[in-house]
Amino acid sequence: MPAGSQPAFSMRRSLFRKNLVTALLLAPAALWLVVFLVLPFVAIAIFSVGERAPEGGYQAALTLAQYANLPARATAFWNTIVLAPAGALACLLVAYPVAYYLALRAPQRWRLILLALIVIPFWTSLLMRTYAWMYILGGRGIPALLAYVGIEDLRLINTPGAVLLGIVYGYLPLMILPIYVSLERLDRRLLEASADLGATPLATFLGVTLRLSLPGVMTGFSLVMILLLGEYLIPTLLGGGKVFFIGNALVDLFLQSRNWPFGSAIAITLVLVSVVVLIVANRISTRLSGARRVDLI
Amino acid sequence: MLLALLASRHCLTLSLEPMALTAVPDIEFRAVTKRYGAVTAVSGIDLAIPPSAFVALLGPSGCGKTTCLRMIGGFEQPSEGQVLIRGRDMAGTPPYRRPVNMVFQQYALFPHLDVEENISYGLRQARPRLSSREIGHRAGEALSMVQLAGYGRRKIHELSGGQQQRVALARALVNKPAVLLLDEPLAALDKKLRTDMQIELQNLQREIGITFVLVTHDQEEALSMSDFVCVMNGGRVVQLGQPSEIYDEPADLFVADFVGKTNLLSGKVAGLSGELVDVALADGTVIAARKRVPLSRGEAVSVSLRPESLSLSAPGSGALKGIVRNRIFLGSTAEYAIEVQGIGSLLAKADHVIGQGNLFKPGEPVAIGFAAGAPLAFPRANNNGTNQREDQHAEILS
Repeated sequence: MPAGSQPAFSMRRSLFRKNLVTALLLAPAALWLVVFLVLPFVAIAIFSVGERAPEGGYQAALTLAQYANLPARATAFWNTIVLAPAGALACLLVAYPVAYYLALRAPQRWRLILLALIVIPFWTSLLMRTYAWMYILGGRGIPALLAYVGIEDLRLINTPGAVLLGIVYGYLPLMILPIYVSLERLDRRLLEASADLGATPLATFLGVTLRLSLPGVMTGFSLVMILLLGEYLIPTLLGGGKVFFIGNALVDLFLQSRNWPFGSAIAITLVLVSVVVLIVANRISTRLSGARRVDLI
Repeated sequence: MLLALLASRHCLTLSLEPMALTAVPDIEFRAVTKRYGAVTAVSGIDLAIPPSAFVALLGPSGCGKTTCLRMIGGFEQPSEGQVLIRGRDMAGTPPYRRPVNMVFQQYALFPHLDVEENISYGLRQARPRLSSREIGHRAGEALSMVQLAGYGRRKIHELSGGQQQRVALARALVNKPAVLLLDEPLAALDKKLRTDMQIELQNLQREIGITFVLVTHDQEEALSMSDFVCVMNGGRVVQLGQPSEIYDEPADLFVADFVGKTNLLSGKVAGLSGELVDVALADGTVIAARKRVPLSRGEAVSVSLRPESLSLSAPGSGALKGIVRNRIFLGSTAEYAIEVQGIGSLLAKADHVIGQGNLFKPGEPVAIGFAAGAPLAFPRANNNGTNQREDQHAEILS
């Protein structure tokens, strides 16, 4: 054996071993994703170009008829496309001041406790909490209280407003946490430097704090927005039958009318919309923050 | 105690005119104390920094120097006393209304802005607004001043540490502050770059002619760059003076030990004769030393002897005898660790003259002499910092 080939050989072997370890570490997650995400997604994609069997379900075909039929669920799309960003925006407006207070103003020793308080609602199911809102907004809740002071016939439940309120309530922590993290990471000396250079507190907030927390804002916004695009529970419970989301349309198509191909076409469209939202959000936050890389979600 | 500085390099030329004597100090501290809860960071400092001086606040970490700088910048408020900038009391004036700018430690450049946007940040805050032409013009000037012309569109993370340092300087100076504050500005640079920047900072200060206040824990940096050094310890100003004064005539044991290398020999006062004291060292040798404060017979003292004031010669003459333990050859000079029986290890520094063969070898016996007036005697303080330094010496030499 010529001198020098020994180290090269052992290096190749250690490289192989490193790759093997990496592969073993990733295998469970990869398997999980292939079985429960990739395969169903492929199935849905195939369903979406098929036809509804006469007795319901799927019948093999190759047609774009399901996609052409999308306008039949225009209301659901419209509601989702309006209410999901509106909900995310409402969440943002409520969440930013909270995150700002937690990261920059709250006393250090209270910070963890306050953060815990924000997460604690997750310990109960969203279903329970949304039921509670149903009661609060329903006839025996706030409207009944308002009736005492003479405000009669106020309808809260089963309105878009109720859905929006439910959305803000349910998704607020998901918006607060990423914004909190980005504000927490903010280098305080940048704020001092800004003040030193003559910027008033407002100018510092707009020019430094807000700009540098945008990655967190975009993460929170796209996270909430994507979850809202598939939201089913809140519109059902708080919107009655009136505020129909894509999520509700999907449940209806798959479980009630058993039109699997049409449901699949809607699901695929929904995924595409989500991907577009993600890409746009990523672009915006990369450009605005000047960061080399932005961790989105 | 008001430590007014009137003999700045720039003031010297003006001092014939009465104007200079009445000149308002750029920065003035009047009995300034700063407490954080139970901890006193700065206690009762009086200080006046004349216009156009390069002043270094020097001290070990935790001595209050950074707190002083931050009180000038307006990021901290004094608990007691007043901070004045050009004669105006700054109490209640927020940082964004003060006529000073700061170069922050690690620079604190805005990562989301490019080089030019960073530099023009301060100009954009000016009210009434400056025209964008003027902003562009001044930012360009500032860029060429720090030799970064053409770097305006670079992102901050694309710059090297030295370049970031220059951007931070330009960003502060472009606003034409009355005083430039520098918080350990060179700490993050490597040695070569640091030396270059020291010279550049000095040149800049002379060109612009405004007061620079530099905070540093590096005594070499303080001595080499500034017109005045303000040595701080334990929240107080220990000595204020020109670098050579601080080095040659340290006010106390702390300054003698902190500024430059020195040998500290313990002994007792054996006799008093006018300006001099006779000190009996641990091995019984009696040497004459100058004193800075009154001393009494029998008092325990430390005698400071600078390594370069020691002269080595072949055995037979000299006040002390020892054996060379280590030799550190540094090119133009050589440092020796010399073991002296009963006293301990001494550090000596000798010039190296090429071809003269005047180097001593480890193991060789030598005689140690020093010029009269070189030893300085200080009352033995129970100063923790001193012990620490002695340990460091021991470490270097072991």
